[in-house]
Amino acid sequence: MLNLLSGDRPRSIILTLILLAILIALALAPFLFPGVRSLETAARICIFIVLAASYDLLLGYTGIVSFAHTMFFGMGAYGVALASTHMGRGYDALIVGSLGGAVLAAILALGIGLFSLRVRAIFFAMITLAVASAVAVLVSQMSWLTGGEDGLNYLIPRELTPAFRFGEAFGVKLTGKLVNYYVIFGFSLVLFLLLLRIVNSPFGRVLQAIRENDFRAEAIGYRVVWYRTAATCLSAAIAALAGSLFAIWLRYVGPDTTLSFEIMLDILLMVVIGGMGTIYGAVLGATIFVLAQNYLQNLMGVASEATGSIPVLHELLSPDRWLLWLGVLFILSVYFFPSGIVGRLRAGR
Amino acid sequence: MIPNLLETENLTVRFGGHVAVDAVSCAFRAGELTAIVGPNGAGKTTYFNLISGQIAASAGKVRLLGEDITNLSVAQRCRRGLGRAFQLTNLFPDLSVLENVRLVVQARRNTGFRLLSMADRRTDLYEAAMQVLTRVRLADLRAQKVSELSHGNQRKLEVAMLIALDPKVYMFDEPTAGMSVDEAPVVLDLIAQLKADTDRTILLVEHKLDVIRTLADRIIVLHNGALAADGDPATVMASDVVQEAYMGKELEDV
Repeated sequence: MLNLLSGDRPRSIILTLILLAILIALALAPFLFPGVRSLETAARICIFIVLAASYDLLLGYTGIVSFAHTMFFGMGAYGVALASTHMGRGYDALIVGSLGGAVLAAILALGIGLFSLRVRAIFFAMITLAVASAVAVLVSQMSWLTGGEDGLNYLIPRELTPAFRFGEAFGVKLTGKLVNYYVIFGFSLVLFLLLLRIVNSPFGRVLQAIRENDFRAEAIGYRVVWYRTAATCLSAAIAALAGSLFAIWLRYVGPDTTLSFEIMLDILLMVVIGGMGTIYGAVLGATIFVLAQNYLQNLMGVASEATGSIPVLHELLSPDRWLLWLGVLFILSVYFFPSGIVGRLRAGR
Repeated sequence: MIPNLLETENLTVRFGGHVAVDAVSCAFRAGELTAIVGPNGAGKTTYFNLISGQIAASAGKVRLLGEDITNLSVAQRCRRGLGRAFQLTNLFPDLSVLENVRLVVQARRNTGFRLLSMADRRTDLYEAAMQVLTRVRLADLRAQKVSELSHGNQRKLEVAMLIALDPKVYMFDEPTAGMSVDEAPVVLDLIAQLKADTDRTILLVEHKLDVIRTLADRIIVLHNGALAADGDPATVMASDVVQEAYMGKELEDV
């Protein structure tokens, strides 16, 4: 067990319990929370945990700010979409698309890294922003290839779709959607554990050293540029794989769902709220955030109805204002837990 | 003849119109401890920065074991055997004492790109790091965060990092600055031990005359960036150049 976690224990009882609860809830989601909507939410949580964790490798461990993480996420997603469109429905298309997307993402990250990480980290942030915007524009303009703003719909193997039925268990109909969910869950878990291993490897320690003091890391013989670039490539490849999972789950890709700057901000918030430089923070951040995205609006709708007679409050609680409340939540969490929820829990032990 | 481990040839750096280090040519032999002295602003630390690569030279050359390293990066110079401790403590503040030293051991053994092994399970790295920590008497504090250490212990850790690097050329920049009277001897003893190892060379920037007198085999004096004197301690300290250029009055009192 400890080997799976790479010797990196949660180091807080409450955190351990929360993580276990999330793991169990996700592992048994189709049976614990039957319904299309909740399964949708669970799959999204799995994928965003991986996406946020891969961003934490950059932001939290290496101390690099990148705005291109959704671009890499999108590359994986479009990889699967394009492969499935052009190679036809099949597992080979999924594999080729996923690996192709991940490799291309890593190569692009290598290019951006070597070009800009030599200079200052802030320059890297600006370059990633520029490249990500350019790619987003390209994708929406090259509609002959990418379907433009409409995106792409494609077929995936029948065993992964709701049309495939194979019985019933615990009162839940067993369909291909369920198989698909467990594919997503399984790969997400593996990728998450892989990231946990990477940050606890000698390589991970060097990244932390670079974050702490790049000047000294260089002076004890580490070629900082190479380490930063390697971290960027790894993080990009894993983000792309998360994107592939997303594409396999949704059977649709479009600029809004995979490339938008909003998702970039979401990832940033997930990592910061959860706790930077902990990897576990990504689990908490992604879970809280996706749940809020999916259910906060409902909750607010109910609250808004209930307070219909009170003028200002009614307005404030309207579901359209959910981002405002999320913003408030974010400010409060940064103010009260500057080291994120995980940092707070670990310190309070 | 004992080979020169490190050589600088007409090493110069200009910042705008100001010449901070002015054509310093000097060779450092194995088994020798050279003290570099000079008034504040004489260019001692800048000279160090030129040798270890933090600053690029305007002119001149640096040679390590006969190889021209003038155009190499800091990391490349370090990997060829040039180790440096810093005047202002320069550590990884949020990591543990052990982790700081272990990172150095890891750098030397080239394990930095191991992605899938667990750093904490590498007993070889752990033991090598602990050995160094024991030598500087920080073994008990291994789990402490560096930012929580006292100033004196941070200075010791700074020295430990250099020992763990096991370089050919040790460069100490005022290793005992700001240390208490009880702590300084620990560090000075360590330097004396390193000196016994005859295939290394040690460069030491230091202000304290008693330290120089007990440790140095040779003294070079920098004044306004230029080499003002070079020789064995007794001769240099007595020389007119030093008397006038730098220590003058202070020395007469001694």
